[in-house]
Amino acid sequence: MTVPTTRPNNPPPDNAIRERMNIVIVGHVDHGKSTLLGRLYADTGTLPIGKIEKIQAICKQQGKEFEYAFLFDAFLEEQQQGITIDTARTFFSWGGRQYIIIDAPGHKEFLKNMVSGAARAEAALLVIDALEGVRDQSKRHGLLLSMLGVKQVTVVVNKMDLVNYREDTFQAIEKEYREFLTQLNVIPQYVIPASAKQGINITQPSPETPWYTGPSVLDSLAHFHLESKRTEQTLRLPIQDVYKFDARRILVGRITAGKLKIGDRLVFSPSNKSANIQTIEAFNLDPPPTQAEAGQSVGITLDEQIFVERGQIATHEEARPLVSTRIRANLFWLGAKPLEIRRPYVLRLATREVPCEVATIHRIVDATNLDDRHTQATVKRNEVADITLRTKSPIAFDLYAHFETTGRFVLVDEYDVAGGGIITELVQDDQEDFRTEARERDSAWVKGDVGAEDRAQRYGHRAAVVLLTGPDTTAKGFLARKLETVLVGEGRHAYLLAPENLQRGLDADLVDTKPDEIIRRFGEVVRLLTDTGSLVISTTNALQLPTKQIVQTLQTLVNPIPVITIHMAKELIGPQPDTDLIFAGPENFDDCTHQIIALLKSRGLLAEPASSRSDSQYSI
Amino acid sequence: MKHIRQLEDQSVYILREAYKNFDNLAMLWSMGKDSTVLLWLARKAFFGHVPFPLLHVDTSYKIPEMIEYRDRLAREWRLNLIVGQNKKALAEGMNHTKGRVECCTALKTQGLKQLLEEKGYTGVILGVRSDEDSTRAKERYFSPRDKNNEWDFRDQPPELWDQYKLSFPPGTHIRIHPLLDWTEINIWEYIKLENIPFLDHLYLDQGTGKRYRSLGCAPCTTPIDSTAKNVDEVIIELRNTKVAERAGRAQDEGRGMEQLRKDGYM
Repeated sequence: MTVPTTRPNNPPPDNAIRERMNIVIVGHVDHGKSTLLGRLYADTGTLPIGKIEKIQAICKQQGKEFEYAFLFDAFLEEQQQGITIDTARTFFSWGGRQYIIIDAPGHKEFLKNMVSGAARAEAALLVIDALEGVRDQSKRHGLLLSMLGVKQVTVVVNKMDLVNYREDTFQAIEKEYREFLTQLNVIPQYVIPASAKQGINITQPSPETPWYTGPSVLDSLAHFHLESKRTEQTLRLPIQDVYKFDARRILVGRITAGKLKIGDRLVFSPSNKSANIQTIEAFNLDPPPTQAEAGQSVGITLDEQIFVERGQIATHEEARPLVSTRIRANLFWLGAKPLEIRRPYVLRLATREVPCEVATIHRIVDATNLDDRHTQATVKRNEVADITLRTKSPIAFDLYAHFETTGRFVLVDEYDVAGGGIITELVQDDQEDFRTEARERDSAWVKGDVGAEDRAQRYGHRAAVVLLTGPDTTAKGFLARKLETVLVGEGRHAYLLAPENLQRGLDADLVDTKPDEIIRRFGEVVRLLTDTGSLVISTTNALQLPTKQIVQTLQTLVNPIPVITIHMAKELIGPQPDTDLIFAGPENFDDCTHQIIALLKSRGLLAEPASSRSDSQYSI
Repeated sequence: MKHIRQLEDQSVYILREAYKNFDNLAMLWSMGKDSTVLLWLARKAFFGHVPFPLLHVDTSYKIPEMIEYRDRLAREWRLNLIVGQNKKALAEGMNHTKGRVECCTALKTQGLKQLLEEKGYTGVILGVRSDEDSTRAKERYFSPRDKNNEWDFRDQPPELWDQYKLSFPPGTHIRIHPLLDWTEINIWEYIKLENIPFLDHLYLDQGTGKRYRSLGCAPCTTPIDSTAKNVDEVIIELRNTKVAERAGRAQDEGRGMEQLRKDGYM
């Protein structure tokens, strides 16, 4: 066995820190990741005093050989089993850089822990055992690194002592693994022959491998470069929250790409609202900032009180994100239960959260054989798949190839993050034309000096659409009229717009019945009325389209004004539509009216009661 | 100082995620350098406001200057300070001579547990750092604790990119760790950069050739030999030391910390 020595024979590190970087160590179980890390610390003399002695005592107690790995496999169970269970962050300063080196487990069972570690990294050391060669997790980790956005990889062929430092063994592994990485569009920076246990090529080139002329593992770290190009991209600022702690209404979020400055015109997607940046807010910073860039957590105020909520993405007008309810993506699944079609999940993309389901599983990607792409009805734990997702409402996003942070997402199953994905394609849904119309119309809209916020303050309510749906002869019209009467009686600006009222006027030129054009025009009229700050009440039968399509189209055209749907049925039989309220054969219409009004209040659309949380979007 | 601002941006993001997603949120404040930096980061994140209560689990054995400092900042920064204490254990005479791990468990772990139960917090923000000890190195930014406050380190949820664990079953809570990526040196660099008021009488050498590197209860915390008289000298000292930060903290000996943390210790 090797005797652990602390040999600070290198020049002492230049210890003024100029920059920081996260690196992950990955690879198949038992290929020596933790040992490599332990050796790196020991041989650079960067371990705290007494650490080696402490580990020696533990090993002696357990009757084991000294293991460098125990330096970071902190849990008793990890030391007893000789494997890493969970990712550990370790700190290492060298050459003016502060590294966080993340030791990830290599056992398949702990893949979710490996992924958690690698997702934080900018670069990776991928360790392969020279004796065992390329194994399943060597490949799976390689594939996951490329999906997690870790583009800089150096491969360490470890345990070279077990193959007598043979060049041909090393070259065979290098060739096989380079070919595999090429399929993932990854080019390793270096492939280093090493022995962590014997300290070969760890901190300096060693005579055992005279045929190797590249850097040691330690020297290779300096060749990983910091990510800087994100600031050169166009702006992406996902809104995290809206604060009203004092007189200021501050929008906060972390800039994920590009830059912004005071005076910039921002447009928010998918709401299409726009305003100029008035100030950039900061605590304990004098003078306050006038600009900000990717990576920064910022707070801004706008020159106009427009509707903004968590989940929207702020950009400059000329470079907006994509918007759809359907996306195609490559997904890795970590959930205990398999991913299933039509099971409800929550998609989280940047700060947006939206219910979603899987529309199609196109194929399963086998990490150990990238050419084999078979289909399957579900995606099991640790598998990678090509899928199409359908979200309940439209989301703003980018393709991963263009923007990292707004091009990826996670899926939440019940309480847990259960999978992660990168978006490869926008899939058009049937709302695409209406969405384009709304975007172009909003963008060219000539505004007065009175904003939606001013109207809400004055009227004591916000604009909304209340849509009564359901079969004929359920007294929808009666309830709609009653609701209008009660609201106006309370002094609200409410208006009942029956779709029939457009037929002889605005729609008089429509010779044949064109349901798409009828609903488009109806939607635009509703949009105009909501822009006056009104609560618009309507029924749906005259529109002669499936209810779901009517609701979706109205939502697209009046976006971001909320559409509240009330379903009326004669009796409750079978599955009911997903609506805000359901009334079955109501007898007391006063009660129904009060329920609708209570709902509007609970959503913050009608003043009182003011929400207790200051950040409620609709609080007046 | 760009690397310090990067850490700040990340921690501010985490604090804002916590505030947005947890209705009943609180932050632990021990008045030590780390949780005071955490408190300062909250003021950064919320533009001078601290929109949740600060909890101090008072073992009654703290160094007196710490309590004075706590009350002064609470007043000046208009903090909602809540002090908890395991009064029953103290009445029964608990102290470190009955065993260090036993004392920490009773006065800190149980004291915290009582406070969390009483107030029903679903999110608790703590200033632990990965480089303090090797079990903390394995923490998530958002880390679930079960009904008994226990940490199941064998089966931690995945944490991808900036997507944290924000939902949890009833009866459990989430520990939030915005400082995991900060080192001890980073803490001091930030204190200097932002000019954050800290317990200088304890953390700096007052002419005795000694200073505290880590603050805890008076009986179980010993000062280190040091001549650092200002923050710059502390940073230089730390860059050149190989002594572990918590070497002066008695409860860390042997496997003390792994057991304490599994049972719900900070």
